[in-house]
Amino acid sequence: MRPLLDGLRRMGRYPSALVGLAIIFALVGTAVFTVVTIPYGQALELWRGGDVWRMHPVNARPAWVDRIAGSNLPRTIVVSSDDAVIEEEPFVGGNRLRIPLEFDFDYDGFPSELNLFLTSSHTEREPFVRLTWETPDGRELNLGGRRPAREERVSISQDWELERRLGRVPHVGLFAAEPEGDGPPEVIGGRYRLVVDAITFEADARVDADLVVYGRVHGLAGTDHQRRDLMVALLWGIPVALAFGLLAAVGTTVTTLVIAAAGVWYGGWVDAVIQRLTEVNIILPMLPILVMVGTLYSTSIWVMLGVVIALGIFSAGIKMYRAMLLPIRESPYIEAAKAYGAGNARIILRYMIPRILPVLIPTFVTLIPTFVFLEASLALLGLGDPVLPTWGKVMNDAQTQSALYHGFYYWVLSPAALLMLTGLGFAMLGFALDRIFNPRLRTM
Amino acid sequence: MSAPARDIRRSAAGPVLSARDLHTWFELRQWGFLRVGSVRAVDGVNFELQAGEAVAFVGESGCGKSSLARTLLGLHQPTRGEVIFEGRSLGTLDARERKTYLARVGFVQQDPYGALPPFMDVRRILHEPLIVHGVRNRAEREKRAREALEEVRLSPPDDFLSKFPHMLSGGQQQRVVIARALILRPAMIIADEPVSMLDASVRVEILQLLRSIQTNHGLTLAFITHDLSTVRHFAERIFVMYAGRIVEQAPVNELLNHPQHPYTQALLGAISDPDPDNALQMREVPPGEPPSLLKPPAGCRFHPRCNRMIPGTCDQEDPPEFEPRNGHHTACWLYR
Repeated sequence: MRPLLDGLRRMGRYPSALVGLAIIFALVGTAVFTVVTIPYGQALELWRGGDVWRMHPVNARPAWVDRIAGSNLPRTIVVSSDDAVIEEEPFVGGNRLRIPLEFDFDYDGFPSELNLFLTSSHTEREPFVRLTWETPDGRELNLGGRRPAREERVSISQDWELERRLGRVPHVGLFAAEPEGDGPPEVIGGRYRLVVDAITFEADARVDADLVVYGRVHGLAGTDHQRRDLMVALLWGIPVALAFGLLAAVGTTVTTLVIAAAGVWYGGWVDAVIQRLTEVNIILPMLPILVMVGTLYSTSIWVMLGVVIALGIFSAGIKMYRAMLLPIRESPYIEAAKAYGAGNARIILRYMIPRILPVLIPTFVTLIPTFVFLEASLALLGLGDPVLPTWGKVMNDAQTQSALYHGFYYWVLSPAALLMLTGLGFAMLGFALDRIFNPRLRTM
Repeated sequence: MSAPARDIRRSAAGPVLSARDLHTWFELRQWGFLRVGSVRAVDGVNFELQAGEAVAFVGESGCGKSSLARTLLGLHQPTRGEVIFEGRSLGTLDARERKTYLARVGFVQQDPYGALPPFMDVRRILHEPLIVHGVRNRAEREKRAREALEEVRLSPPDDFLSKFPHMLSGGQQQRVVIARALILRPAMIIADEPVSMLDASVRVEILQLLRSIQTNHGLTLAFITHDLSTVRHFAERIFVMYAGRIVEQAPVNELLNHPQHPYTQALLGAISDPDPDNALQMREVPPGEPPSLLKPPAGCRFHPRCNRMIPGTCDQEDPPEFEPRNGHHTACWLYR
């Protein structure tokens, strides 16, 4: 094991090894952080989407895009009735409530959507609610009245009546100055107010309101078409990718190595069978088989991992290891081991395999990202794990939602950048290790 | 060095190791299954080794002496005949007994660097045979490793235990190989050209070391070499091999002074002579090359090269063993 330790010590002299290690450690650290802060179950729940994300904008860019572009696009504003000063006026058999929802809006752009979530605690008779919109320049708009259910979502943006009245989609029209001519609408900055006048018809019934003014940028990663924060997938993609890559690389390398060594050691029909199996397996196309398994059987990442390892056992690696092990089988120290009675398993595992381990480690390290990419490719083809958030699935969503056509570059670029970073980290380390352990490649 | 207490010399007379009609043939195949012939590396060898004696097998390269060594060790299966160790034929041993046999016979190879796994340190190299033979106690293994190193005069052992083979000189490597062969306390050591890859300066040291270990422990030493000049001091009996057979055997002085077989005579004539007067003298060297072991010549294997060949006999019939002088056996029709 000494050459291994020596080699690892020598890594300090290769900047690329250090950079690669730094990237890998950063990824591993982030992965651990992710798994601790967003536990597996929670991640799956978040990625399933739905109501959890109702306060998030659709397809918002990452906040740093805004910073780089020098613009000041709206963030998401949530105004809750819990923070508002509510006027109450009880009457016989009911209550009159006035909930003013106030917020400051000082951005260059219009919000992407406007929703009001009403919660009413009535038991039988719905309350009556009337909405009034007050702009900073003193206009008042009646947004109509309604009788909300216990949980009511008032989609102000999709109020066609209002849109007709304003001449623009409501989340633009409500924030714009009176239209003058054909020019583009201009945002009016300042304090807006949505007054919710509610009349309840039960003595202790209450009405709560949450106004959400959806922004156009969100967080570090932006959001997708289902309002999900992409950060969840980008973060959870790290442990999934690393685990898949590492397990697949370990699984294939170890089994391939042991099988190749056993074939070389026993020779004869054992070797012949292994070689023929390998030759057949090498010409079988891996991706179509995986697509077939994914389509017909299961797209679970563990099933895919198993298939990848199974197909990787009798891979071209067997030929390479065999070529390296054949001269070792004939070496005198193996003969000496036989002469003092070492058994077959001991000779294979303790005498033959350690001899080629140093050569193998760089190959192993560079093998990890190829499996990471394979997993991403499968997800991109729509064969990703149905429940896990992964980078490939983010890109798959982006593709099906025509992200590039709509200009949502971040949706494709951030998972792609992470994939490239992973590849880069392992490649830099692997190439440095290759130079250390295979000194013939070392430059003068 | 004091003689250790253990004495494996058997009181009962009888050979430690003997070979009876031993044949080791390697099948040649075409396309993996068609038999096209056999290389007759060992082709009918008989001998007996007594406890505590040192013998040398001498011959040209390709005469089958290394194959013989490997057959004796059980690394090759004999095609015919048997190897008998301490009264039992190797072919009848079960796996467990075979392992015990391997512990009783040490093996020293030609290439000391190749014979040591490069990724293990000396400690591990010496522990390995003990681990294989079930010495579980680490302290016990360590003690025996140190003893073995002392025995091959690599002392203090601490200087060597944590070294890797590439950090040692050729002579030191060969000493480690010998220590490994000794660590299981064998009754016999088979040394296959133990010094041919070493510098001339350390050859004698290694041979003396082997010899002193052999006498101190009363080991049987089978010493395989192509170099007749070194055997004089390190063996008591000599077997001369030619084309897979033993053609002559005798005690060392008897053989060197009165070689009987024409091949032995030729071999002795080929020894480099330190006398400068002889430098320019042409020697009588047998013409031709050793025969193909795939198709050995009929009759005596040496007859195509022999200058005293008897036509009609030597090229027809295999010579049996004759005893032209007391204790001196040779397979040659000249002594009929």
